[in-house]
Amino acid sequence: MSNPYAKLPNWAEYGLIPFVNLVVAFLVAGLVVLLVGENPLDAAYHMVNGAFGRGEYIGFTLYYATTFIFTGLSVAVAFHAGLFNIGSEGQAYIGGIGVTLACLWLDRTMPWFVVFPLAIIGSAAFGALWAFLPGWLQAKRGSHIVITTIMFNFIASSLMVYLLTRVLKPLGSMAPQTRTFEAGGQLPKLDWLLSIFGLDIGNAPFNISFLLALLVAFGVWTLIWRTRFGYELRTMGHSPSAARYAGISETRITIIVMMISGGLAGMMALNPIMGEQFRMQLDFVQGAGFVGIAVALMGRSHPAGIIPAAILFGMLYQGGAEIAFEMPAISRDMIVIIQGLVILFAGALENMFRPAISRFFAGLGQRSATAAQTKGA
Amino acid sequence: MDFFHTIIALLESTIRVSVPLIFAALAGLYTERAGVFDIGLEGKMLGAAFAAGAVAGITGSVWAGLIVAIIISVLLSLVHGYASITQRGNQIVSGVAINFVVAGSTVILGEAWFRQGGRTPALSGDARFQTITFPFADSIREIPFIGPIYADLLSGHFLLTYLAFALVPISWWVLYRTRFGLRLRAVGENPGAVDTAGISVIWLRYRAVICCGILCGFAGAYLSLAMSAGFVKGMTAGKGYIALAALIFAKWRPFNIMLACLLFGFLDALAIRLQGNPLPLIGQVPVQLMQALPYILTVILLAGFIGKAIPPKAGGVPYVKER
Repeated sequence: MSNPYAKLPNWAEYGLIPFVNLVVAFLVAGLVVLLVGENPLDAAYHMVNGAFGRGEYIGFTLYYATTFIFTGLSVAVAFHAGLFNIGSEGQAYIGGIGVTLACLWLDRTMPWFVVFPLAIIGSAAFGALWAFLPGWLQAKRGSHIVITTIMFNFIASSLMVYLLTRVLKPLGSMAPQTRTFEAGGQLPKLDWLLSIFGLDIGNAPFNISFLLALLVAFGVWTLIWRTRFGYELRTMGHSPSAARYAGISETRITIIVMMISGGLAGMMALNPIMGEQFRMQLDFVQGAGFVGIAVALMGRSHPAGIIPAAILFGMLYQGGAEIAFEMPAISRDMIVIIQGLVILFAGALENMFRPAISRFFAGLGQRSATAAQTKGA
Repeated sequence: MDFFHTIIALLESTIRVSVPLIFAALAGLYTERAGVFDIGLEGKMLGAAFAAGAVAGITGSVWAGLIVAIIISVLLSLVHGYASITQRGNQIVSGVAINFVVAGSTVILGEAWFRQGGRTPALSGDARFQTITFPFADSIREIPFIGPIYADLLSGHFLLTYLAFALVPISWWVLYRTRFGLRLRAVGENPGAVDTAGISVIWLRYRAVICCGILCGFAGAYLSLAMSAGFVKGMTAGKGYIALAALIFAKWRPFNIMLACLLFGFLDALAIRLQGNPLPLIGQVPVQLMQALPYILTVILLAGFIGKAIPPKAGGVPYVKER
């Protein structure tokens, strides 16, 4: 698609515009806080304090961020190929089966570092499997990926309720969850990483899957910008007809990209299941797949943007819990509003302030040009 | 006879649960036929349901509730329209955003204003829609076969229920027999041609989006003013997505939409009724399978195994005049 807007300097394109969009999203969120009758500045203070005020809080913030890095990368990879994967939520949910199977099988006999790689493979495989069908349907049968992935989210949710209430639940137990994993199914915490900075992790479930997330983020960067396949998928994302003309197989790219995207979403399940609860519960994903959309949009689908965006949303989740504690009128649903506003302003309305900003830059350019002329004369 | 009564009861609840689906799917029909994809039906319905419940709860007037529900839903539609028509943003992204903003704010505002755990005050009397009983319903009920059909199935629904079913032929007429409808469909297939004819693509699409808002307003008001007495948080519970599925399942045609919504409503009613009871011939069916069936059917349809669903050609593509 042709770009109807004038080109901006890179720092404005990747720094200023997302920043302005983000600020507007937060200002509107502040209006909601006002409507509820609380002071938005106080709310902001409680949020930042609740997210970074103590080692334990930072641990929680980074724990949530880990989850969002995975789902954000999942959405971003699909974006680059021009595909909108709303199904990260369902793929992460199904990915949980892979983690759980590995843990239930080996947690009593093997140490965590044996179980962990198997769980990674399992989660990625199950997530990829759940994304394969929508990808295949889009590529071969022409059904719209957005609609099929939405449908697959609901199907996943029904399937998981069935599995957790009938199949995976231990005998005699009422709660819809698996048994608690033994030592082999529990990931070590990253307390040493925080203690380097003199912080105490407390009860925060900040665990080794954070390092995995960083590694995977690097992997995604390599894949998209440093491999032939990445070049092909970006070509398809920019111009499907150009890709077709260049002999790139759309079918192949669509299916593989969706499977990668699903695999990344599935790996998200490692963090809550092996890192915090040590069992699979109903609804353990808790909307993280949808947060991934906001994270990917805010991070401009680049791993270097996704990691800070994920940390910002981790801050919202952890800090949001603290706000709810300090200001009873503001529950954690405030985060859902902010998430929606970020998606709106950083995604759908991303070009709203662009004309004004480019006019400003154009004016700046002219003025310096005339200044140079007068100096010359 | 007992079996017959069960069927009547089942069909009656089918009608009750399909009404919001019909409203919402028809709402989607208008925008999507005009080339604006809308996955924000869920959010608009939820926002309207909250507005209806809140206003009817405060004023005690069901009509005030309905009107405010429509206004809120139209405003949300206009946000979607502004993002996807004027700003030429991604329509899917915009729809997702609206769903989240509404899901969060209905809970926050509801809790702050009413302090009842995200509910609005329980409605009664004039603050709620009452069912309409047809003349002679009670005296005819005793007649075998026809009696129960007239008295229990046709009579005794809400005004909005009859409106929903009336809107099906009306929408067909508007879309296929009026100038506005012809242009609306044209703008979803080939906006360039419409523009060449000197008709504003932008304004047409905005009008389609407003129609969508009005209908979603009805859907939401039905949920909180008719089906239940007041708003409960998250009360749409995915109905907007089922409506979207029904819209696709119906291949973007009004009468098919009614049938698809009735089918999905029937599955829902059946799932509630069966809860643990075996189905004749098939045996025990997990409730979860019944719940997932509308989505599975839609996926199968989209895959082209039951006919082919071809969306409006210009759907999801913002119109750029210069090209």
